[in-house]
Amino acid sequence: MRNFLISLIFLTTLTATATLQAQDLLIKNARIHTLSSAGILEASDLLIRNGKLSKIGKQLQAGNDTRTIDAKGRNVTPGLFGGLSTIGLNEISLEDSTVDQSLDFKQMRPEFNVNYAYNPASSLIAINRIEGVLYVVLSPSTKGSIFEGQGSPVVLDGRSFPHGVNASFISLGSAGKGDSGGSRAAQYMLLEQAFSEVTSGGDQNGPFQLLTQARNNPYVFNVNRASDILRALEFIKANNLNGVISGAAEAWMVAAQLKSAGVPVIIDPLANLPASFDSLGSRLENAAILNAAGVAVIFSAGGAHNIRKIRQAAGNAVANGMPYAAAMAAITAVPAQVFAYAGGKLETGAVANLVIWDGDPLEVSSAADAVIIKGVITPMVSRQSLLRDRYLSPKGDMPRAYQKP
Amino acid sequence: MSVIKLKPVLMLTVLVAAVIAQTANAKEAFPSTYKAIPSADILIQNATILTGTGARLEDTDILLKEGKIVAIGQDLTTDKATKIDAQGRWVTPGLIDVHSHLGVYASPGLTAHSDGNEMVAPSTPNVWAEHAIWPQDPGFSRALAGGVTSMQILPGSANLFGGRGVTVKNVYAISYQAMKFPAAPQGLKMACGENPKRVYGGKKQAPMTRMGNVAGYRQNWAQAQEYQQSLDEYAEQIEKGGEEAEKAKRPKRDLKLETLVGVLRGEIKVHMHCYRADEMLTILDLSKEFDYKISTFHHAVEAYKIADELAEAGVCGALWADWWGFKAEAYDGIQENIAMVDRPEGSCAIVHSDSSEGIQRLNQEAAKAMSRGNRAGMKIAPERAIQWLTSNPAKSLGIEDQTGSLVVGKMADVVIWNQNPFSVYAHAEQVFIDGALLYDRGNPALQPVSDFELGQLLGEKK
Repeated sequence: MRNFLISLIFLTTLTATATLQAQDLLIKNARIHTLSSAGILEASDLLIRNGKLSKIGKQLQAGNDTRTIDAKGRNVTPGLFGGLSTIGLNEISLEDSTVDQSLDFKQMRPEFNVNYAYNPASSLIAINRIEGVLYVVLSPSTKGSIFEGQGSPVVLDGRSFPHGVNASFISLGSAGKGDSGGSRAAQYMLLEQAFSEVTSGGDQNGPFQLLTQARNNPYVFNVNRASDILRALEFIKANNLNGVISGAAEAWMVAAQLKSAGVPVIIDPLANLPASFDSLGSRLENAAILNAAGVAVIFSAGGAHNIRKIRQAAGNAVANGMPYAAAMAAITAVPAQVFAYAGGKLETGAVANLVIWDGDPLEVSSAADAVIIKGVITPMVSRQSLLRDRYLSPKGDMPRAYQKP
Repeated sequence: MSVIKLKPVLMLTVLVAAVIAQTANAKEAFPSTYKAIPSADILIQNATILTGTGARLEDTDILLKEGKIVAIGQDLTTDKATKIDAQGRWVTPGLIDVHSHLGVYASPGLTAHSDGNEMVAPSTPNVWAEHAIWPQDPGFSRALAGGVTSMQILPGSANLFGGRGVTVKNVYAISYQAMKFPAAPQGLKMACGENPKRVYGGKKQAPMTRMGNVAGYRQNWAQAQEYQQSLDEYAEQIEKGGEEAEKAKRPKRDLKLETLVGVLRGEIKVHMHCYRADEMLTILDLSKEFDYKISTFHHAVEAYKIADELAEAGVCGALWADWWGFKAEAYDGIQENIAMVDRPEGSCAIVHSDSSEGIQRLNQEAAKAMSRGNRAGMKIAPERAIQWLTSNPAKSLGIEDQTGSLVVGKMADVVIWNQNPFSVYAHAEQVFIDGALLYDRGNPALQPVSDFELGQLLGEKK
């Protein structure tokens, strides 16, 4: 009954007492998605030493005491990016006592940083980690303000806290209208005031001083309408910001301008409905068109509980014309570069955060066989896998509460 | 319900229905005006066919004529049919979603389009979702591109009794009546758990607790039984004729109780939003107390805990592949839910959407569920899993004699896929509804555009 828990490929190399300490690990005969210029390496090996990729190549040798996995030609990818997420900030969305991503001061507090609330022990983390999702960027929201707050990348190893750059989030267009007096025009009034006060050292006690953060950290503008995207690009340029456009439903209509501005976009490739008048142009080919125009594309569907669905989103982008390598990069290398976290590529010296898949990683019928973080094979156990195992086993005389798989 | 009891009840039902119709001076309210779109005969050849009855037929032909499936077999011949070579492609019944809010929560999500939840009282079985459907919802075209040929559009889940649902064919029309699936029973949307108690408890009204939920159901069913009795007595008096018939006083029409009596008579199917296993078992007991049938538990993220009980009760489970955790009653969701509900003999597992995105990819949702089941040691083949999207939802909606499987004589609701549909890369290439080709991925002329989308973003090439 539990044979699916420990995949066949490990039966010869793993014991139930496998420890969580890093040791050398050799993965042989893998189909390696490097996400580097090397592309996909067929039938190749990866040697992991001290939590890093020490060698990649054919017929690698290692000492007798090195643990070895025969991947049997399976796909190996970097750990996936789960998008802009509230994972670790939100256990049950409708239970306020468990939700920390949203500020309800009804005032501008751009320094609101959700990193402080992150809980690495949240059940959601193992649930999504065992599906190969190892990274997110934490995403805040603030009622009453177009400045939503800040958040950082985090590795979903269940121990680490967010670290690295703080991204700032700003909502424009109809999504931010309620927070800008009812007109999207006022959003630029507020933005100009904020940035000019910061730049000029204006009112030292004003709320916008709190916006200050390293100017080269990412500013993520959530905006969908083509005209609003162009306006945001102007603002990004005028203020010399490290800007990112998210939402971006109509980005395909201004792909050339995004390319020439060098601004990456974060999109949900499943969005194809005119969900609002800001996104009348939503279409499944958004990802393919942006990529063809040379725009850096990242995928995110938001949320927390089901960020494992990001693979399906990427697969649908491929089904709608995006080259496979670009769709894979949109959930690995591109977000790692834009949000400056270690990961997203499998090349010598890179952190050994990777996933072995039982099939095509972008196919809905595939699943992760093994998840390796800093060279350590992590247990494929979550609250959901335990619930499954409890109820898969035959009923006995004793209540299920005594079945602890 | 014993068989012995059933016959007279049925006869009385017919009689009473006639009396109600007479007294209300209306034969059928808001009747379907749906008519199949005229179509040429179509012969699809050399396909891999998943019949929806559990079979997989290789290299097989299927002939569609006058809106019906007229033959399935190898090397079919016909003089005048348009031939489609489906070599290497897969053919399935049109997909059916038992849980949609298209039209009642349309795109764009305008305030003016929020028509799905009559959140003014916990019991509103008098409202009908069909009266709120905006037939120009762009979502219908997206669902069609995903192979969906029929769907049930339901009211929301704020209320214990949310109102009547309607089953439609996925065709654009000026009116919902012209979409309405002919002779399909209506549904009654009911809700367990958190939503009703949150909506009304938050206003310091009943129900504030799950106790209040059950009390609310019972009071309403008790009233419905009394109303049914008064209708039956009136019908009997009329039947007797003469003086007694003249003296008979027609019970006052009560639109709420009419819906509930429709359920008690077996004419309206109960579709109940219910997440937790314990609550579903409570509701099964409730249905015994008041002698009505539950068609389907919707969402039911804990259905895997009571898969045997559901199969034994003959109740379907309409489920997501992987949604969970957005509220406490969804906290125990697992990806094997659908496969585990499917496992017992006599089961009825359904993949549903409740989403304008999910309805476009029911095949992908099923693929996820199938592969999770198979990883858990089950052996679920595509010919089995396709039933979660076709014949099982047809059964849930009471339209299984007309559609949901590729069987001679049934409606020619058919999808041709470019490959095995249980893949993220699969596309519905051609979609037939009652034999008419209403979507063709390769032909923009056969891709419908709703009035709303016509002329938007002029100048942009899409």
